[in-house]
Amino acid sequence: MEIWQGLAKAVELIMNGDQALGTIVALSLKVSGIALLFSTMLGIPLGIMLGFSRFIGRRLVIALLYTGMGFPPVVVGLFVYMLISRSGPLGRLGSPLIPSLFTPEAMIIAQTIISFPLIAGFTMAAVMGVDPQLRQQVMALGATRWQGAWTVLAEARVGVLVSIVAGFGSVISEIGAVQMVGGNIENYTRVLTTAIVLETNKGRFSLAMALGVVLLALSFVANVVMLRLQGRTLDE
Amino acid sequence: MSEPIYQLRGLAKTYGDHCVVDVPELDIQKGEIFCVVGPSGAGKSTLLRLLNFLEPPTRGTIRFHGRDYGPLDQVPLEHRRKVTTVFQRSMLLNRTVWANVNYGLWLRGDRSSGALVDEALDQVGLKHVARQHARTLSGGELQRVALARAMVIKPDVLLLDEPTANLDPYNVGLIEDIVRKLNLDHGTTVVLVTHNVFQAKRLAHRVALLLECEIVEVAEVHKFFESSDNPRTGAFVRGEIVY
Ligand SMILES: Nc1ncnc2c1ncn2[C@@H]1O[C@H](COP(=O)(O)OP(=O)(O)OP(=O)(O)O)[C@@H](O)[C@H]1O
Ligand SMILES: [Mg+2]
Repeated sequence: MEIWQGLAKAVELIMNGDQALGTIVALSLKVSGIALLFSTMLGIPLGIMLGFSRFIGRRLVIALLYTGMGFPPVVVGLFVYMLISRSGPLGRLGSPLIPSLFTPEAMIIAQTIISFPLIAGFTMAAVMGVDPQLRQQVMALGATRWQGAWTVLAEARVGVLVSIVAGFGSVISEIGAVQMVGGNIENYTRVLTTAIVLETNKGRFSLAMALGVVLLALSFVANVVMLRLQGRTLDE
Repeated sequence: MSEPIYQLRGLAKTYGDHCVVDVPELDIQKGEIFCVVGPSGAGKSTLLRLLNFLEPPTRGTIRFHGRDYGPLDQVPLEHRRKVTTVFQRSMLLNRTVWANVNYGLWLRGDRSSGALVDEALDQVGLKHVARQHARTLSGGELQRVALARAMVIKPDVLLLDEPTANLDPYNVGLIEDIVRKLNLDHGTTVVLVTHNVFQAKRLAHRVALLLECEIVEVAEVHKFFESSDNPRTGAFVRGEIVY
């Protein structure tokens, strides 16, 4: 298999809007998008709280967060697997609220756990990066506590956006966890990364490469957005 | 100038067991320009933070608009908003000049035409940079924007913490003129902290010398500089207290 031939076919598949390809891309975006929504909803408030206030146990939470930021996704996969598998502590409850293994919902849980420490950590750093005297100045101009907090957050806005982009980058390209808890079921839990592995193993390089190109493009776009935002913080 | 706007009684602030401000009694009069001079670390900035109600005192009270505020009292927003501070570092928000000056009005829910903002920018001679981003300004311009941002909310008291340190003589002159005019036209009470005894001489009605957390003398500006009986004031004015 020539690499250029494969690439040409890959581009053809993308251009023609190949249906198998489309399903996989859509599912990837859906799973990672929803996971990102959850991790943003958890991570940003946590990051703000850690950045703003001093409370007992704060350092421990930060240490856990940093650990979470560097956690191997495959371990998160294992952890979620153990929790929700039918004999696991949550799976055993049989509650309709707990998703079963090998479903998109299970993948969403894993990806949420993977990305939220990143979002919380980056948000915290952004909030802490705002000059403490600015808070004092804002209060001196007559802000209420809430207005003060809002203004500091607005000052940290670029850093907060960067945290979301970083979270997206971490889940869209992740494979270990989605493979374990999603199971790579066609048209159901097969996402970009797991599909690439499978198609490569089957020798269907052109589809694998097409998927690879899409994944690369998504990561690239995420990184360009992040760099542009970070560039703005540096300029500003 | 007879009615006090602030009455400090037994006021003290300590960090740990380190006394930073200790003022048994001091009145600041409505409409005066009151300068606080003193060496670094004397507690000048801390005194301003207390006057702006940014921190509670450790002991004693500040009487302001008919109420005594002590260590445990919550100062109502309405009173807090009658005072503001311009710091040595301008601390502008990452927004346009116009948005910065509008900020205090925005906090107060004032969504009116913005004529006040234009007027304040005009007073500091910076109407032409209104649409620019704050980060594009020079040091002197930044500080004038900070002053406009404080003036626009028409405070009863304007606290200035070394507002012209590190500025060129031209901008120092501009800022002093603006402060003087604000005080004359609106009767705004000004409490100015400065390292610069000449600035105190130029602007103040009364001057206080703060040394190691205590006010050692308060006097009319002429008396302070020309005929103080206090040997430490004399030494400070002659530049003999080294800092
Ligand atoms: N938040 C704080 N915690 C502990 N100590 C503080 C705090 N703020 C000020 N201090 C101490 O209080 C003393 C007075 O500080 P302050 O900033 O009021 O001095 P200053 O007269 O304004 O000095 P400068 O002219 O250098 O600005 C200093 O010794 C400082 O270290
Ligand atoms: Mg100071």
